[in-house]
Amino acid sequence: MGTYLFYFLIYPGFLFAAVIGAFLSWFDRKITAGVQFRKGPPLLQPFYDFFKLLLVKETILPARGAKGLFLAAPIFAVFGATMAGVFILLPLMNITTGFQGDLIVIFYLLTIPSLSYVMGALASGNPLAAVGGSREMKLIMSYELTFLLVMAGVIIKSGQSINLYQIIQVQQAGTPFIGSLSGVLLFIVAIFCLQAKLAMVPFDMPEAETEICGGIFIEYSGTPYAMIKLSKYMSLFILPAFIVAILMKGFTLEGINILWAVLKLVAVVLLLTLIRNTNPRVKIKQAIRFFFIWMNLLAVIAIVLAIFGL
Amino acid sequence: MSKQTLIPIGPYHPLQEEPELFKLYCDGEIVKDVKWETGYNHRGIEKLSEKKSYDEVFFLVERVCGICSTSHPFAFANSVEEIGNVEITNRAKYIRSIIGELERIHSHLLWVGLAGHFLGYNTVFMWAWKYREPVLDLFEMISGNRNSYAMFKIGGVRRDIENNKIPAIEEVLSLVKKKTDLLVGAVMDDPVIHARTKGVGVLTKEDILHFAAVGPTARASGVDVDVRRDDPYAAYPMVNWKVITAQAGDVFAKAEVRLLEMYESISIIEQCLDGLKKEKEGDIDVKVKHIPEGYGLGRAEAPRGEVFHFVVSDGSNSPVRHKIRAPSYTNISTFKKSCVGQSISDATISLAAVDPCYCCTERLAVALDRNSGKRIMNAKEIIEHSTQITNRLLKNV
Repeated sequence: MGTYLFYFLIYPGFLFAAVIGAFLSWFDRKITAGVQFRKGPPLLQPFYDFFKLLLVKETILPARGAKGLFLAAPIFAVFGATMAGVFILLPLMNITTGFQGDLIVIFYLLTIPSLSYVMGALASGNPLAAVGGSREMKLIMSYELTFLLVMAGVIIKSGQSINLYQIIQVQQAGTPFIGSLSGVLLFIVAIFCLQAKLAMVPFDMPEAETEICGGIFIEYSGTPYAMIKLSKYMSLFILPAFIVAILMKGFTLEGINILWAVLKLVAVVLLLTLIRNTNPRVKIKQAIRFFFIWMNLLAVIAIVLAIFGL
Repeated sequence: MSKQTLIPIGPYHPLQEEPELFKLYCDGEIVKDVKWETGYNHRGIEKLSEKKSYDEVFFLVERVCGICSTSHPFAFANSVEEIGNVEITNRAKYIRSIIGELERIHSHLLWVGLAGHFLGYNTVFMWAWKYREPVLDLFEMISGNRNSYAMFKIGGVRRDIENNKIPAIEEVLSLVKKKTDLLVGAVMDDPVIHARTKGVGVLTKEDILHFAAVGPTARASGVDVDVRRDDPYAAYPMVNWKVITAQAGDVFAKAEVRLLEMYESISIIEQCLDGLKKEKEGDIDVKVKHIPEGYGLGRAEAPRGEVFHFVVSDGSNSPVRHKIRAPSYTNISTFKKSCVGQSISDATISLAAVDPCYCCTERLAVALDRNSGKRIMNAKEIIEHSTQITNRLLKNV
């Protein structure tokens, strides 16, 4: 019991994922600043942001909203991100071997943060948040199927394994999945899914600051908003880590390989950041079409290729 | 009728840098109707102007708009010089045009950046504003101010652009030209920008004529109007340039017109600088001792469209009536056409596409009885009254 609590709260769960995620968030902002000829924030800025919201800023509740649900949503988001983080990171960090079928559990847990944002947005009673919530809902519906297809492709490539640890072991014994044609296609699709899951430009229409003032998060302030920030930091770590695990051979935490592990993770985040900085926001309609037609098509092609062993 | 949600844009909203309120009545994501309220920023400039001497009014009208701060003095100078029949020197004409065109470059760069920001493309925002910076530095070199240059006066300009400053200006222009190429490449060839802006907020030629829209908004719909050519002033008849138009009328066409206009502005400035080299240094103004009785119309092409100033003089040292019409005043009414039926995402970029400037636009009219000081008309009656006057005037035309 004590071990599991340690896994959940300290390493590799809540605390570890949050700290690494905060540093990755700093990296994302620093690279963005570099692209835009700005100086960028200091290394600890994500922590300053978080603790200021948590400890200093007052919490204002929407007068007409469903307050209980509104406050519960950020906690669900953090909880979902932590659980997903634990199940991804335990096999990835080579701590335990996970359990049979954990890939499916991870898939469900990864949707919890987005769903709880929608819940909180709709509970706030703000019309702008309602628009943001409906956009997020549409976005979830469009990218989840694609994300499932990516996982199906990975399962086929790994020889019908639905255990994350085994998937990593198959890659470490042979070549990483990204080394094949179908793997490259799956990686491209997965990157766009991540972009949408993290609500980064071009898929940031649920927040869309210049259209609906932050949309789903418009009513959040103080501690609840700190929780949302925390869940975002964690997502920025666990989602790229998941991609590294299922397509890029996972981590080997020995000697020089630690550097490789960090580089792989940072490379995925860098790719996300660069996509974010070289594209305008698309409309929700266009995003749905993009995932339903093009990304699904690409994923299905990848699966067919994977069946033929390419 | 289905239930409509009110999506407010304003009074304080990240989309617009000025306070104003747009009420989008939405059915789901689709905008069914749009209403707007201004009046958060009214400063009574027209009334203030009647209390100031002609020289002071220049500093006042410069503050009508922070971005196109030369177009208002330009139009005011045109109108007062029409009253007094003042003919200014060639050097002053060149300098006026140079200032006007430099301002157009920095204003269009500002708009390109903001449009990028509204689309969530912050890289374009930061890049465009970075390249706007040298233009503002140039203004500081010429006039001492980055904005509100205080260059104009009746009968000429206040400061000369000495010939030894010309190479520095040419250097900045070549830099801006290079960077404009870059921005044009980034905006015109990006398929995602095409997807976001093509066919969005379309205004047809008839709409433009119906709403009397001006400037790049009109030119993007194929309406070929430009005060610089249609009612020549300053050095514009003395140089070669062409009016840029596009046919599509959507947001993309408006961006295209503005980006291509920057090349024209650069070319105009280069020709003006060549002209400046031939004129005698320091020959920048003529002495105007008295503004006679009468009225004058002044027009100038601001970056956003035609600025119109109407000044009535009774022979004293200050105007008795000074009427200003800024381009946004007519351009804003096109929202009724461009936003309705679009999604919220498209409506917001359509709002931004006319490059609106609300503080220029704010107007207040009160009809008071001369003796008692009481209000004698409500808003509806004032509108009816002014329509009658317009109709009466139209009969005489």
